[in-house]
Amino acid sequence: MRGYDFTLAGTRLNALGSGALWWSDERLLCVSDLHLGKSERHLRRGGAALPPYEVRDTLNRLTALIEQFTPDTVLCLGDSFDDLAAARALPAPEAGDLRQMVKARNWIWIEGNHDPGATSFGGYSCDEITIGALTFRHIARKDAAPGEVSGHYHPKARLSRGSARPTFLLDHTRLILPAFGTYTGGLRTSDPALAGLMAPQALAILTGPTPLPCPMPR
Amino acid sequence: MTNLPSQISDWLEHRQWRLHPHQTAMLARATDPATLLIAPTGGGKTMAGFLPTLADLVGNTHDGLHTLYVSPLKALAADIKRNLTGPVAEMGLPIRIDDRTGDTPQSRRKRQRADPPHILLTTPESLALMVSYEDAERTFKGLKRIVIDEIHALAESKRGDQLMLALSRLQSLCPNLRRVGLSATVDDPAAIARYLARHPDPCAIIEADPGPAPDIAMLETAEAPPWAGGGAAYAIPAVLEQIRTHQTTLIFHNTRAQAEIFFHNLWLANEEGLPIAIHHGSLDRMQRERVEAAMVANDLRAVVCTGSLDLGIDWGNVDLVIQIGAPKNVKRLVQRIGRANHRYNAPSKALLVPANRFEVVECQAALEAVKEGKLDGDPRPPGPRDVLCQHILIRACSGPFDADALFSEVTSTGAYSHLTRAAFDACLDFCATGGYALRAYDQWQRLLQRPDGLWQLRDPRSAARIRMNIGTIQDADLLKVRMKRSRGGKPLGEIEEAFAATLTPGDTFLIGGQIMRYESLREMTVEVSRDRGRKPKIAVFSGTKFATSTQLSQGILALLAQDAWPDLPAHTADWLTLQREVSELPRAGEMLIETFPHQGREHACLYGFAGRNAQQTLGLLATKRMEELGLDPLGFVATDYATLIWGLSELTDPAPLLDKDALRDGLERWLAGNAVMKRAFRASATIAGLIERNSPGSRKSGRQATFSSDILYDTLRKYDPDHLLLDITRDEALSGLVDFARIEEMTDRICGRVNLRRLSRISPLAAPLLLEAGKVPVQGAGAEKLMQQEAADLMHASGLATLAQ
Repeated sequence: MRGYDFTLAGTRLNALGSGALWWSDERLLCVSDLHLGKSERHLRRGGAALPPYEVRDTLNRLTALIEQFTPDTVLCLGDSFDDLAAARALPAPEAGDLRQMVKARNWIWIEGNHDPGATSFGGYSCDEITIGALTFRHIARKDAAPGEVSGHYHPKARLSRGSARPTFLLDHTRLILPAFGTYTGGLRTSDPALAGLMAPQALAILTGPTPLPCPMPR
Repeated sequence: MTNLPSQISDWLEHRQWRLHPHQTAMLARATDPATLLIAPTGGGKTMAGFLPTLADLVGNTHDGLHTLYVSPLKALAADIKRNLTGPVAEMGLPIRIDDRTGDTPQSRRKRQRADPPHILLTTPESLALMVSYEDAERTFKGLKRIVIDEIHALAESKRGDQLMLALSRLQSLCPNLRRVGLSATVDDPAAIARYLARHPDPCAIIEADPGPAPDIAMLETAEAPPWAGGGAAYAIPAVLEQIRTHQTTLIFHNTRAQAEIFFHNLWLANEEGLPIAIHHGSLDRMQRERVEAAMVANDLRAVVCTGSLDLGIDWGNVDLVIQIGAPKNVKRLVQRIGRANHRYNAPSKALLVPANRFEVVECQAALEAVKEGKLDGDPRPPGPRDVLCQHILIRACSGPFDADALFSEVTSTGAYSHLTRAAFDACLDFCATGGYALRAYDQWQRLLQRPDGLWQLRDPRSAARIRMNIGTIQDADLLKVRMKRSRGGKPLGEIEEAFAATLTPGDTFLIGGQIMRYESLREMTVEVSRDRGRKPKIAVFSGTKFATSTQLSQGILALLAQDAWPDLPAHTADWLTLQREVSELPRAGEMLIETFPHQGREHACLYGFAGRNAQQTLGLLATKRMEELGLDPLGFVATDYATLIWGLSELTDPAPLLDKDALRDGLERWLAGNAVMKRAFRASATIAGLIERNSPGSRKSGRQATFSSDILYDTLRKYDPDHLLLDITRDEALSGLVDFARIEEMTDRICGRVNLRRLSRISPLAAPLLLEAGKVPVQGAGAEKLMQQEAADLMHASGLATLAQ
């Protein structure tokens, strides 16, 4: 699987069709907004019982990426759990698998608005972290210095054919990752929240069998 | 009690009205548990339904709700309220009448629950909501009668199933409740009677005098209809001439898009400026109400409309109905004709306007069916389980329940009388836990069984969420359309989100008969301005294109089998004669397949006469099979009678394409990932309560507020393929958009008899298919390549290609 190569703040990065980011010089794999435990939280709060297979599906896809790239570091950009109670309520087999994954390598949890705090899965938790020229945080800052990598918005976009797909957003200052979790809706790139954040020349990189870069639809 | 109280008989006498025999018969059967009245429009149906109530309430010692009236349309409930309040006041009867629909303000609804009127006029959805309240027992205490209007229309949809389930609950609350159904002419009255009555109660059927036969013909035009298409623009001058010579003409169309185009063309040709309006379900409510008011006031000479005007609202002096495009279904045609002329004893007048040459044949077959009184109807399928799931949740909202009692209530509904206990338990399990093979979150299940055996909601908050999502009507994701102004201009109506996504600023499209220029999308509202453009895009509405009914398709095949066609216009008879000379005409007991080269491609035309949805599905399945066989199909197009496939290689052995088992295998294996199946899943998952259209505190658009149903579908197929909702989705696909049932009917009918004709060139019957819109390209790896090309072009054109490097 060939991703889309680009440079942010002098750093060579690769946007993967699966929605993950691969930084080969650091052997770092970055994913955002896993929202593990979303179906449990939905049901707990009086909603319908969604198919309870999304934790398994998200972990399966993440495992496949880790096996493919053998990263030294995995960085989760926040909202990894749908809330902290959902983190505690993960089914035992999935929780065990996740613990194993975290233990086997350097693992960084960025805390998001859904999961503000450390979990019992090991790894290193923080608000934000700077590695080389890049700063990783959950929600993009308007005044950020070049080299910001964030998630939170779940951007999606569509071309004139095909349906909307989760998408990366990229300009000279920042990169916003699409949500990686199986049960995550999307926000159109035309939404003011995103249109106002990204520079006029921003790119959208649609996920799919091959990543599709195009001017960000506004 | 055929003796009317004097207040009522005096009133009738004063007006010099005499009761129709069917009205007297309804009075005589006032204490029957269930009665079905079948009467044509204008036959005093509503009066017949209400007379026993009025007679019973003359002395009025009744406390609280006496009679519920349920109609499929809000407008009809309001209309009946007007028509009933007048006479009741004139008779001096102490009866309170009120209506309650989705439009009724919250304050009035509350009052109605606390202090119900004697007669309440409502819709299935509002009734389901009322049944869901904890105080339902008090609200409906003493209810004696329920009158279901236009029951034939409700019986065709899930709304009717929901209504009958709510009624089963009411019947438990009020054991002496009497049921009355009012229906237009239908093919199988006994089926509607079984549907209406509490199973297995008897249900008398009273048939009113159908009145004189309608005066119905094909519209004669100077110009012959075109070979393909659905616009009928050729008939505009002749239609205008008819409008001129009649008081009020209703012009029915099968789709909203066709109505928009026709209205646009009619308006361009309307040089004398006759007052003509348009009315369809996607127009803004204010716009529609204005048209309705103008009709009642006799200010309009014609209304271009769709099914939104189908049902029995009393609209002034309609004296002509024109049906544009083949009616697809004889029953619907007869009911539409009934719209003309509300005088009971004068014949209704109607004209059919075929939109293309093949529809001339179809219209002729429909005319003959009407003349012989042959109405079409498919047997009602058993009650859908997604509606049952919603009903179980509604029942849980109103308080703890016993599963055995609910099961016997549900099976007292005609449509669910054959429901097995196992199927019921599966639905209950779905409502309680989601019904998954993996029991992940047992402590959070939605319904709990208490130590005393009763079921109840675990979280009382979920009652509000369930109530917000009551109903079975499926809206596509619609966006409001408004004139662009500083603070929100005039609302014009709605278009589908999928269509809006294809617009770029400056594009023009038709809505409400006007050409509008797309300006911008703001907060999920499409902002437009007026435009003088000549070539507007046509908004797509998923208001389904009807498929020609099985019975009408058989009528067409019978007509094609004639030696000659003296009743058909010469242009069409000549066409069929030429087809017979060059090839042959399709026959009922076999499938004709013509193959021929055309413009450098191989073509195969499969005359299945299975209706357009099934022919479309046949196209999908057959081209998939052809791809596996290395025949390189490139695309296909489907109509109600045939599927035309083109590709690189000649089809010499069609048998593998039509093998029943292979087709079914294709449905299970391949079609299961198809967008049509995903749509069916989305509908059922929404009705069954898995996906919420509305959630508390959320004012977002449908799509942002909900989960992607496609992802839920894919997840279920991957991890839980035997799940109840997938089973329901397969059931739905058999009818509806995939319409696999018609493919099976077709394979049974031809029973392997395939007549393959090799022709040197395209046949007269196949030629129009090449002109049809809606060609479907066969998607291989090609779609992804086209997207890559488009993205690359955009990058190049915008100069961004160099930015990221």
